[in-house]
This record gives sequence, structure tokens and C-alpha cells, in this order.
Amino acid sequence: MKLLKIAAYTTALFSLTAMNAQAGTLEDVQARGELNCVVSTGIAGFAAPNEDGRWEGFDIDFCRAVAAAVLGDGEKVKFVPATTKNRFTVLNSGEGDILFRNTTETMSRDADLKLTFLPVNYYDGQGFMIRKELGVESAKDLDGASICIQTGTTTELNLADFFRTNGISYEPVAIETNEEGIANYGGNRCDVYTTDASGLASTRAALEDPSAHIILPEIISKEPLGGAVRHGDDQWADIGKWVVNAIIAAEELGITSENVEELAAAPQENPNINRLLGTESDMGAMIGLDPQWAVRAIKAVGNYAEIFDRTIGPDTAIGLERGLNAQWTDGGILYAAPIR
Amino acid sequence: MSEVAVQQPSSGGIMRLWNDKESRSVIVQIIAVAIFFALFFYMGRNAVSNLETLGKDISLDFLGQTASYDISQRLIEYDSRSTHFRAMLVGILNTLLVAFCGIILATVLGFLLGVFRLSKNWLTNKLAYVYIEYVRNVPVLLHILMVHGVIIHTLPVPKNAISVSDSVFLTNRGFFVPKPLFEPMFWIVFGLFVAGILFTIWFRRYAKNVQDLTGKQYPVFWISLGAIIGVPALAFLVLGMPINWDIPELKGFNYKGGMVLRPEFIALWLALSLYTAAFIGEIVRAGITAVNWGQTEAASALGLTRSRTLNLVVIPQALRIIIPPLTSQYLNLTKNSSLAIAVGYMDIVATVGGVTLNQTGREMECMTIVLLLYLTFSLIISTFMNWYNKRIKLVER
Repeated sequence: MKLLKIAAYTTALFSLTAMNAQAGTLEDVQARGELNCVVSTGIAGFAAPNEDGRWEGFDIDFCRAVAAAVLGDGEKVKFVPATTKNRFTVLNSGEGDILFRNTTETMSRDADLKLTFLPVNYYDGQGFMIRKELGVESAKDLDGASICIQTGTTTELNLADFFRTNGISYEPVAIETNEEGIANYGGNRCDVYTTDASGLASTRAALEDPSAHIILPEIISKEPLGGAVRHGDDQWADIGKWVVNAIIAAEELGITSENVEELAAAPQENPNINRLLGTESDMGAMIGLDPQWAVRAIKAVGNYAEIFDRTIGPDTAIGLERGLNAQWTDGGILYAAPIR
Repeated sequence: MSEVAVQQPSSGGIMRLWNDKESRSVIVQIIAVAIFFALFFYMGRNAVSNLETLGKDISLDFLGQTASYDISQRLIEYDSRSTHFRAMLVGILNTLLVAFCGIILATVLGFLLGVFRLSKNWLTNKLAYVYIEYVRNVPVLLHILMVHGVIIHTLPVPKNAISVSDSVFLTNRGFFVPKPLFEPMFWIVFGLFVAGILFTIWFRRYAKNVQDLTGKQYPVFWISLGAIIGVPALAFLVLGMPINWDIPELKGFNYKGGMVLRPEFIALWLALSLYTAAFIGEIVRAGITAVNWGQTEAASALGLTRSRTLNLVVIPQALRIIIPPLTSQYLNLTKNSSLAIAVGYMDIVATVGGVTLNQTGREMECMTIVLLLYLTFSLIISTFMNWYNKRIKLVER
């Protein structure tokens, strides 16, 4: 009888884990009343819980924007922290509905890992951070250095390529999370910490004495960071895609979290604003949502500039400049597809 | 009873089988096997259909693709242009290395702890007791992280390395030791060493025969020691020490040359050994305590010396009790080595089950490979220990 009991338990266990999570993600999320958003385990400025345990950051705000558009409330998000290593598995197995985890879009991830990438929301590149006292000025002087690197990332591959092309050697020290990276770099296990430049800025801000460390001038890769969803549910991918575009377009059109309600109250002069805010032709219906979807998203987190300035901008501890991430009208390459 | 059953054949069919003890046990077993296979089939089908909806197939082709990542701890040639298969081999060797070193160190420490626990000296006894109770009641992952943390945070950076006679350097990047470079003459020494081992095997048999026939005893231990260590050592000196050392040197950021034990390896190795040793200590104590004191007294009464009593009476009997649980400790140690990724030691889980899995997105295949590899290691260890157990088990006359 013990055997039967075990068999019964095992069956129960597997029917739980085997739940299929394909197609109809929108219905699943609405039925659940909560969006499961895959985020980092903690990168200051991008995704980290604050003193009160509330998740805050650049990636977090995009999760909240999607939740606001889909569920009407930016707080109805369950954050699923994932490491660089297990993030895609978490998304593909259905534990998460959408992923905003400073993830680089690449061809193999898109095609082979079966992900659908949302528009890029942060243009980044891989950099190196090193102690000032070592007097290194260029990444090409790093011959023989011990380098801490997060395992399972594109940076791991870029690093191997960079050192190979330049014919210099290094000792890779594999770490799993950014916190471990800080511990190993802080403990001087490695001379250099490498990750996306934005991540370096965030890590440096978390170190004891940020001014004792410099970020080397070389940016050795292109890292277009964006959200992602599973292959196979185009409607859900469209929702993610257009929420991100709406946030970016809102900045371009001068819509902020403060004036959005006022602008949405009645049709404005600018038809672009009207289409985005649902006062002219129902764009929301095309992605299975109501006309107010973008209004709620912008109301919840603000436009791109508001998010950037609040989480990682020049006035925060992270102190990142807009740089490439300025609107195309301001000399950057941030360029939302037209909403029409 | 059987008469009644014959009279009511229609209602009794299955119930009669059920009421019969033997056929009932067969039925239950058939049902259990059926459930097991149904579950297995269900899971397999589920996995395949879930992968299909994602548009993924099951294939091992990815093992032939370029790995594109670097691994710092490796026993064989490997660079970022090697294949995922080779990365897997590096991982397998790293796992085997730490398991092998761990088993040896854990056994030595474990036997010492077991003996200390039996010691009549109050201090030794209690120290061993405290150590065992502390170590085996804290999860091994914490031990690994702690040893790693201690190495990284207490040892100096390469620039201020602790140097032992300018050839061994202890740093938080690893322990750098000179690497032996053998001259051709060295192989003579090595040959003598092998010959010494072969001679010892033959000589022990010969000595045993002589003793059985005539009762005459040779000093087997000393002669063996001389053959294995003494002769090669003498040859080594006579040939003018035909060995060179590649001494590590500080170049730029790190030491170059020599051999290096990385902190990740040391942390994993020490933590696993220290942890498993506590369990082995208790097993050894149990084994020795289980041999009745009367046996020792009887041996003394027969005039056997104390060391002979231990070697011929106590240890052979204790081993019979020690070996089976010892096997499972060895298996535990090997399996616990999969915690390597916590400190970034590149074992199977970190290579094929980690980076490769992540870069290729082949979760199903990679995890199956990792699973089969651990299964293979465990079965090999079990087979070897079972063979050894059979060899030393009590011969009943």
C-alpha cells in the first residue's frame, strides 16, 4: 500500500509540473489576475527590492506597464527572480509570462531558444571595471588578469572572442549572480569585473568606495537589451511589443504620467496622441485590449524618460547618461515604430 | 474452504485470487509495474509534446558545435574554439578529480576521526566529538561557501603573496606550486618504482607461502617499503636528481608557470572532504566498537602482539561493518560535488548542465546527459565497493 501511496503522490506531482502553458497567455494572465514577470535576482537600478521590499527599477517598470495595460493595475505583478542561467527555462516552462531581465537579443536566442524579443528598451555594450590603483587604461592591457564573469550570458562569449582576437590570455572566474560577482570582485578574487556597461555602473554604485574603480573605455560588444516572451503566442508578443513602443512613443509625443489623463479626456490636435490614447480609432482592440491600454501603462510608470530618470538616470546613484538611449529626435537611436 | 470456493465460482473469480496471499502479491506487483510505466510514458509524452509546441526537437547535434566559452580549470587542452563535447569532457574530468581527491582525503580524515573518537584521552576524544557534531549538522553548501570565502578574503592578492621558500606561493587566486619537468633519466626512477610495486605483490604472496609451510616470517613491511620507496629514491640520488622545476613567477596580474590549485577547487575539495569525514568517522567508530572486546582479549591470551591483534582480528571484522555504509558516503561525496557551481568550479553541472545548456537551450538533452553521467559514476563506485566488500567478507567455515 505504501507503493500505491507513493505512486499517487508522484502522479499528483507530475500533473502539477506538466501543466502546459501555451497560447492564450492573455486569457491565463487575466484569469489569474496577476502578471508573472521574470526579472533579475537583483541589479540596483534595473530590478531590486527597496527597503520596504517593493520591487523597483527600470525593468520592473516595464513589467508594471504591461500589467497596467493588461490588468488595469501596475501593482498586479508577481516578480519571478531568475539568474542569467535559468531565466529562459523559467520563461519557456510557463513559470513566467514575460521577461524583462536586461537580456541581450541575439539570433540564436530568438530562433534556437524559441523566444520572441520585444523592442529594445536599452542599448548597451559590454565593458570592464577595474581598480584604479592597478593603473590599467585599456582593456588590451589585461593580459593574464583574472576576470569575474556571469555564467550563461552573452558577455561570457564576447569575452572569449575579445581575448582571442587580441591574442591575450585571462583566467575566467565563473559566477552565478551579480551579488556573487560583487563579493568576488570586492574580495579581490578577480582583477576585473565584466558585464554590460549599465550593469557595471549599477555594480560600481553598490561597492564600498565607487570612486576607487574605473570603467575602461572599451565597449567590446553590442548588447541590445529588451524584454522577451515565449514563441507561439503572437497576440501576447504583440501586447508586449506595443506596450514598450507606447512607453517610448509617449516621450516623443510629450505624454507623461501627469498629463496623460488630461490628454486622454478628449481628442487632441495631434492624431498620433489620439491614436495612442484611444480617443481616435481603437488600436487596443487589435491586440485584444480596450482603448485605454496605453493610458493605463503610461499612468502607472510614466514615459521612457520618466522611467529612465527615476531608476538609472544621471540624478540616481547609478548615474547613467541617456547616450544612445536618447530619442532619435535628440541624437539617440531610440525609435518607436508608429502606432497607427 | 476450497469446497466453498468451488461451489460459488461466479462471484469468487477475482476475490478468490485476491484472498490468496501469493496471487495477491503478484497482482499488486503487476499493478505497481503498470503504474510505473504509465507514469513514465505520461512524463515522456508530455515532455515531447511540450517541446513540440515550442518547436524544439530532441537532438544531440549541439555537442559538435563550437562552445565559444572559456574554462579556467581544466585537465585537458581546451579553448573557446573547442566543441561543447570537449567542454563536457573537461567538466567530467573536473568532477572526477574533485570526487577522487575528496574520497581519499575524507577516508584518511574519517579513519583518524573514528580512532580519535575511541581514544581514552579525554581531550582528543571530545575534540573529535565536537568536530563531528558541528560539521555534520551544517549543510555542506555552507561549508563550501565558507571555505571559499575564507580563502578569498584572508589570503593576500598575488602581489603580496605568502611565499614558502620562494617557490610555493599562497594567494587568494590559488596556490601556485612548482611544476616538475622530468628529464629522460627520470623514467628509470619511475620504472624502478613500478618494478618495486610488482616485486612487492609477488613477495607478499611468497612470504605468505613460506609462512604457511614453515611458519617462518619475513619482515614483509620493511622489505616492501624498501622496494617501492627505498630503491627508486636511491636511484634518484645516484642519477643526480634528474628533475627540473618550473617555478611560478609573478607576471602582470597573476603568477605564471608552475601548477596552480584554484580557490574554487580547494574550497570544494576541502569542504566535501571535511564534511564527509565526519560521517566516515562515526562509521569507523561503529565498526570498531562492534567487534567484541572478548575477541581482543582472546587474541592477547593467544599471545598476539597488540598490532597483530589489530591487523588480524579487529580490523578485518570491523571492515565488514564499515564498507557498506562507507560506499554510500563515497556516493554522497561524488553527488555533493555537483554543488561546485556555487563557487564557480567548472564541473559537469557547470559546463554541460550550465553554460552549454544556456547557450544552446537544450535543457532536456543536457540534463539527461548530466543525470546519466552521475548515474554512471555512482554505479562504478558501487560496483568497485561491492567487489571489495565481497573480498573481505567473513569466510564461513
